[in-house]
Amino acid sequence: MSHCGGAQIVVRQGKRPWQYFTDALWDYNVALVQMLALCPALAVTTSATNGLGMGLATTLVLIISNAIISSLRHVISPEVRNPLMIGIIAGVVTLIDMAMNAWTHELYQVLGLFIALIVTNCAVLGRAEAFCLKHPVLPSILDGAGSGIGFTWVLVLIGGIREILGSGTLFAQASSLLGVHFQWLELTVLPGFQGILLAILPPGAFIALGFLLAGKRVLDRRRAERRIKTHGELVVLP
Amino acid sequence: MNSEQTDLPVPPEREAEASRLARWRSRVAYQGLSLGLVCALVALALLLGDHFTRDAIASRQQEDQLATLRQVLPARLYDNDPLAEAFRLQDAELGEVEVYPARRGGELVAVALRVGTLGYGGPIVQLIALDNQGRILGVRVLSHKETPGLADKIEAAKSDWITRFAGLSLGNPPLAGWAVQKDGGQFDQFAGATITPRAVVKGILRALQLHARHAGKLAGQPEEVQP
Repeated sequence: MSHCGGAQIVVRQGKRPWQYFTDALWDYNVALVQMLALCPALAVTTSATNGLGMGLATTLVLIISNAIISSLRHVISPEVRNPLMIGIIAGVVTLIDMAMNAWTHELYQVLGLFIALIVTNCAVLGRAEAFCLKHPVLPSILDGAGSGIGFTWVLVLIGGIREILGSGTLFAQASSLLGVHFQWLELTVLPGFQGILLAILPPGAFIALGFLLAGKRVLDRRRAERRIKTHGELVVLP
Repeated sequence: MNSEQTDLPVPPEREAEASRLARWRSRVAYQGLSLGLVCALVALALLLGDHFTRDAIASRQQEDQLATLRQVLPARLYDNDPLAEAFRLQDAELGEVEVYPARRGGELVAVALRVGTLGYGGPIVQLIALDNQGRILGVRVLSHKETPGLADKIEAAKSDWITRFAGLSLGNPPLAGWAVQKDGGQFDQFAGATITPRAVVKGILRALQLHARHAGKLAGQPEEVQP
């Protein structure tokens, strides 16, 4: 963290634990900034409900695997860290899969297909490698929660865009994921709309992601420009 | 609140311990053992997980199958357990077909047939229930890999298309009518998707013909048949 530069550049140094959570939501978003986990992000987001389910399951895995790997960080040899971490992640995912199948079966019928895919989600291994091996347990848990929720909102947004354009609905079948109390979420945004097939097919996912990436860049640039104007400083992230 | 949350400040006695640990970690034996130990622990956790969830999962799966069966076979028709009495029927054209017999007082009243056909994205597996006269009681798609949003209208949850087959039989409509409209038949295809409904209609027709070929044999099945 030893950036130096012009007088107007301020380096943000030393984080409060809570910042590990908030940074992962936007500034270090796993999907939009680190460009990790794009395979699940593109494959399952045919509806907002699917995106939400995949995101929540991934968040749970991230929090647990981050906590375990960070608590073992002193005994893990760098030479064997990858098979070791994958073994732990695969074990956590399989246990969650079995528990959900047994005790939250209705949720499992919606999410079941996606859960096994989380083992190969590079965001989980990526956070273990880049963060948990260097940080204590509490920041690792906060980072896992932030990364997971950051991943979730991106998935819900891509799923929502594709669902509205492709089927004219939003959060269809959300009650089978969240329970009957969430039936109000199921909206028909465009009644009688046939839907654009392209949005549901895989290219629709790439197009939606492209617009999201561009949108985030525009927002970030506007924010930076406003900061320079009002504070006369440019914040550089460590 | 402490603003620095990394591992950096280490007291001297901890430092010696840390360097000893670092020496250990660079040894091949330590690496192999630690990897083996973690794998053994994960395997143990999975074994325990399996032990505690196995019964619950088995009964959930049983309930799932029963729920699908109820959709095609009205529960008032039978008093046996069709799932427990399931058997495989050898057929010259379709190979092995799984049959769930529904009996009332020991008499066969209907059968549910599990038939697979090839759709656009992969196999489409259907459960088709027929009464003794070969009339369709109900049809449901058990699994498919068709394009979501386009061809998944074959699911009962997405559209009522699949329910329109109830009451039909081999002579009603006549054989030429057992096709999608594009092929001169009487069943709707979906906008932009013909292959999927064509495969579903074909599967149902196959089940009807299979039932006709084996009607005598099915009715004559003894009550206790092992799979």
